Amino acid sequence: MRSGNAGGGALKAPPVGLLQRKGVLGFLFTLPADIILLLLLAYPFVLGIWLSFTNTIIGRSGSFVGLENYIDLFHSDVFWLTAFNTVLYTVVAVFFKLILGFGLAIVLNKDFKGKGLIRAIVLLPWIVPTALSTIAFWWIFDSNFSCISWLLMHLGLMSHPIDFLGSPVNARISVIIVNIWRGIPFFTIGLMAGLQTINQTLYEAADIDGATPWVKFKSITLPLIMPLLAVITTFSIIWTFADFQLIWIMTRGGPDNATHIFGTFSFQRAIAGGHLGEGAAISAFIFPVLFISVVITSKFLKREA
Amino acid sequence: MPQKQREKFFRFYLPLFLFLVFLLFPFYWMFATTFKSDVELYNLKLNPFLIHTWSLANLKHLFFETRFLRWLYNTFFVAITSTVISLSASLLAAYGIQRIRFKGSNLMGIGIFFCYLVPPTILFIPLATMIFKLHLWDSLWALSLIYPTFLIPFCTWLLMGYFNSIPKELEECAMMDGASRMWIFWRVIIPLSLPGILSAGIFAFTLSWNEYLYALTFISSSLKKTVSVGLVTELVRGDVYHWGPLMAGALFGSVPVALVYSFFVEYYVAGITGALKE
Repeated sequence: MRSGNAGGGALKAPPVGLLQRKGVLGFLFTLPADIILLLLLAYPFVLGIWLSFTNTIIGRSGSFVGLENYIDLFHSDVFWLTAFNTVLYTVVAVFFKLILGFGLAIVLNKDFKGKGLIRAIVLLPWIVPTALSTIAFWWIFDSNFSCISWLLMHLGLMSHPIDFLGSPVNARISVIIVNIWRGIPFFTIGLMAGLQTINQTLYEAADIDGATPWVKFKSITLPLIMPLLAVITTFSIIWTFADFQLIWIMTRGGPDNATHIFGTFSFQRAIAGGHLGEGAAISAFIFPVLFISVVITSKFLKREA
Repeated sequence: MPQKQREKFFRFYLPLFLFLVFLLFPFYWMFATTFKSDVELYNLKLNPFLIHTWSLANLKHLFFETRFLRWLYNTFFVAITSTVISLSASLLAAYGIQRIRFKGSNLMGIGIFFCYLVPPTILFIPLATMIFKLHLWDSLWALSLIYPTFLIPFCTWLLMGYFNSIPKELEECAMMDGASRMWIFWRVIIPLSLPGILSAGIFAFTLSWNEYLYALTFISSSLKKTVSVGLVTELVRGDVYHWGPLMAGALFGSVPVALVYSFFVEYYVAGITGALKE
């Protein structure tokens, strides 16, 4: 039926209805997504900032208190410790995820039997619910029955089990290791995709010139993969900086707040402690990193476009 | 060893082996702990890396003495509903942005992408107050509605890339025949992008299956918990850790995602790389 009147253009042009206009049509198509994101993402985003300037507690709406929450935080030692922990956690974990993930991507980029299977297996830590794999690590890091301690004691390298989560330094190392474990696959799979797009003739040409593997890596691989590497790293930075579940499950920020990061500290104050306003102020400190990530990714997005 | 083989050993097999041990050991550990008896778990004289006598006691405890099956069902419910909501909204949005190309569509595409960067740790406190006012506190629907906030940006971005690979000529031909946008969307675009829809769907499903913070914050009654939250909050009581049932729960809570994943690995990898390259 529709195709029937398409040929009749000579008689009358089809009316340009409202729905034919690109603006209106586009608006309608994006409407469901827009409504959900505006209502449940953009609005709470702004509401969170507002809450951080109030003394709201669970069950009672608060009133505007200006910068009081922020001033209180600046006078709190736990807050500064949390800020330090967050930066330490992010810098160390992202550094190792990048190095190890890149290393694994280079190893897997060779052609070998069973490559597909290995690549699939390697992604598992990233697929499986973090909360569940964290429970496994929690058990691996048990203070009495840890299998690592058992092995080291059996080999005669230690006389006592390691208190993985009981001392501040050990606990920090432990949670960082779990974060690295979980994040390596993301770097690996992302970078493998980038490595595959590099033209092999570049390497062949370098071979003819007698370039060493390091020179080839530094002057061919790295520059070509840089934009992708930057985007992946930025993603990893914001996710690690705003992490929550891994630490909350293993240490709840302890011992002595040594593993509290902004996410866990704000949960503790807001949900466990009921101080929603103060919790919102703590999570507001994630904003600067979010802002920087947006700036960096948009720079690379524009370059690609 | 000849020089070349030795080089291959140190450059390839050894690092690959070490990586695999590191990445897979926790899964082996879940498995081994699940099938050990309690006596064996806490006997330091036995080699913990081996299972000496197999036992199903932990599974029995998990499935019959906890609400694990209920939590599994809840997680499924939330994952399916939020995936359906997100996919529907994302398909429409991705088509609108990528194919209708209205004024400001580029900006909207980038805007939706940035939504993906907003971490839940920023949103959970204000969302908690909203959920409370909407009387959705302790309701699974709260999760079904909130998960799309991180699923839609991801799915839309992935599908935009996919739609981009469908030749414009197909649409133009259909339009010359007088087909409406909605008809083209249903009859041309959707059938052609099934692989893309599938990978977006798998991603959405696993991402919602894995969510923890919102589920921990908005759900309080035991009957409504999801697997991750239920295990940690109900199988650890004070200082008593039921490691056997906990590991069994971790194992069986991971199986559904691992299964979905194993069937669609290629779509999954294509999903990540596609989303990154766009």
